[in-house]
Amino acid sequence: MKTFKIGGIHPPENKISGNKEIKKLPLPEQVVIPLSQSLGSPSTPLVKKGDMVKVGTLIAESSGFISAYVHSSVSGKVAKIDKIIDSGGYGKDAVFIDVIGDEWEENIDLSETLVEECNLTSDEIISKIEKSGIVGLGGAAFPTNVKLMSGKDKVDTLIINGTECEPYLTDDHSLMLEKGAELLVGIRILMKALNVQNALVGIENNKKDAIKHLEVLSRKYPSIKIIPLKVKYPQGGEKQLIDALTNRQVPGGKLPADVGVVVQNIGTVFAVYEAVQKNKPLVTRIVTVTGKRLKDPMDVWVRIGTPVKQLIEFAGGVPDGTRKIIAGGPMMGKAIVNTDVPITKGMSGILLMSETESMRKTSRVCIRCGQCANVCPLKLIPSSLMTFVDFEEWSKAEKFNITDCLECGSCSYTCPSNRPLLDYIRAGKGKVNQIIRNRK
Amino acid sequence: MNTILLSVIILGGIGFLGVLILYFASKKFEVYEDSRIIQIQNILPAANCGACGFPGCSGFAAATVKSSSLDGLHCPVGGNAVMTRIAETLGQNVSQVMQQIAVVRCNGSCENRRRINKYDGEKTCFIASGLYGGETPCSFGCLGYGDCTKVCSFDAIRMNDETRLPEIDEEKCTACGKCIKACPKLLIELRKQGPKSRRIYVSCVNKDKPAVAMKACKVSCISCKKCEKVCSFEAIIIENNLAYIDDNKCRLCRKCVSECPNYAIKELNFPIKKEKVENI
Repeated sequence: MKTFKIGGIHPPENKISGNKEIKKLPLPEQVVIPLSQSLGSPSTPLVKKGDMVKVGTLIAESSGFISAYVHSSVSGKVAKIDKIIDSGGYGKDAVFIDVIGDEWEENIDLSETLVEECNLTSDEIISKIEKSGIVGLGGAAFPTNVKLMSGKDKVDTLIINGTECEPYLTDDHSLMLEKGAELLVGIRILMKALNVQNALVGIENNKKDAIKHLEVLSRKYPSIKIIPLKVKYPQGGEKQLIDALTNRQVPGGKLPADVGVVVQNIGTVFAVYEAVQKNKPLVTRIVTVTGKRLKDPMDVWVRIGTPVKQLIEFAGGVPDGTRKIIAGGPMMGKAIVNTDVPITKGMSGILLMSETESMRKTSRVCIRCGQCANVCPLKLIPSSLMTFVDFEEWSKAEKFNITDCLECGSCSYTCPSNRPLLDYIRAGKGKVNQIIRNRK
Repeated sequence: MNTILLSVIILGGIGFLGVLILYFASKKFEVYEDSRIIQIQNILPAANCGACGFPGCSGFAAATVKSSSLDGLHCPVGGNAVMTRIAETLGQNVSQVMQQIAVVRCNGSCENRRRINKYDGEKTCFIASGLYGGETPCSFGCLGYGDCTKVCSFDAIRMNDETRLPEIDEEKCTACGKCIKACPKLLIELRKQGPKSRRIYVSCVNKDKPAVAMKACKVSCISCKKCEKVCSFEAIIIENNLAYIDDNKCRLCRKCVSECPNYAIKELNFPIKKEKVENI
């Protein structure tokens, strides 16, 4: 079975929320839709206080090359445009909408019927994806249209990321089981947009039912191949997945398009299907809410902008002894500062952890065992990089390719001395990137 | 006997040859070094802090000797006294630079700012600031992990364990500016030391809207503009929901200090005002 070659770890999977029907979260009283949910510049708001909006109404437009459109996820009245404290504790602009009823824009097709035919041209598809505000739903939230444009007519293979290598998360798994047919239409739309003849869907082997389900469905389309992968973290990293499926290596500082590949997350594929075939912009997403002590861990369809609090209550409330609430998975996710923050496009999971699971152990001195360098999927030497950052040796850090780090956290996970390797490397990476930008 | 004589002559000859080579080499490859560089280096405080913008005191000494005037060259550690001595040595003039001192523009102590979450990561401001806004509702204020104290070469800045804010020792601070670069929240500023070390400054950098700032911290600047109105010298500018006192215009009248409803303006080293006895 295929997998990527360098490094990688095997954290406990803990996929406790899977194998259940995806539920729908009831409408909240108010949604808060941040204007910067994607990578790049924040969007420019188009509505003002007192405006009436429907589900799918455009409320902010993209403000630059890398930026995304934002749509209202509920119907109601714009209460205000103000700052909210985002998951990181910093103030961000957001549109507050008071929910009144549930009225959708007229052109959105709400039926569940599968629409297979797509007669749009490549450019029309990409522009529709842009207008629907679709960003990468795997977590990084990079605008999908920009990624497609970078690879259009240049690449030969489309890779679909269904690995879901993060422990705990099951949203992609549930989506593949429930919406398999739609996903295959979505993949074909993306292939048409990119003008490629090959699509590879990489799924880790711990989701055997999803592999089987998609394999049966994809028999009709010989150009789409479902490939089971050996379970290993971080297989969902773009470069790792490309290596695993095609044996191509993306050099540092280059894009996947440079080696003839574009990678899209399985969640994004479904959003593309809905946008192109059903005219439905990205206003809902599927979120895993999970945790070992949580009463009812599950995958939920959530309107963008719903407070995290409501999602947790839906799953049984915050259990006693919870010390950290993490947006995303346990490896790459970030702890959030309070539960009033809204669900954004890039939030794939809400994970509640107890003290013993989440609190850091005391860091001790480096014993030079080299474990961190062994597990690094990018051949970096985390122990040295940490030292360079600690002593502010930025030129050395740059020489040792600190900017290649994908922040998967394998080094910190594996360190027997509990050293905070990733924290230093992430901070140093930001600093080095800043130095490189200033040089230009 | 012959052998001994021969060896003495050979060894002596080699020695003499070596002397000749070294002598001509030293003449040929001689590097001229201005003797004044050493002199000036002896005047300088030898802190090697880099505050002057040159690599260490020797770099600064070489720069002073090399350049034709002393404009723009200043050793903040030695101050005007050292600069005057350097000018005397070089026979040049130097303008007096106003002595500066670092101030921390945050007063969000544990008492004034409640903690709303607990950070358990690496205890440095550099890393914590990259991860999130901090343990308090104010994302502009001091994080309290003391990166500024770690870089200070003069032991002039220390964390107060009670308030969890850095405090500056005025006797020791040389205004080298290292702590300013170390603070990711840009809280530390160099300000004029002022007569008798008396200073007035706004001890807050929160740019949030007044209502948000008020909730976040008891002593935040809420841009109420009261200080701006009361100031007779137009020294106070309010921009982005934040007041700033221009130390070039401020005459230290202290009107703004008593006017501020949130006690965000701090006065240092002033004699205590006599309490007015109110007759009821």
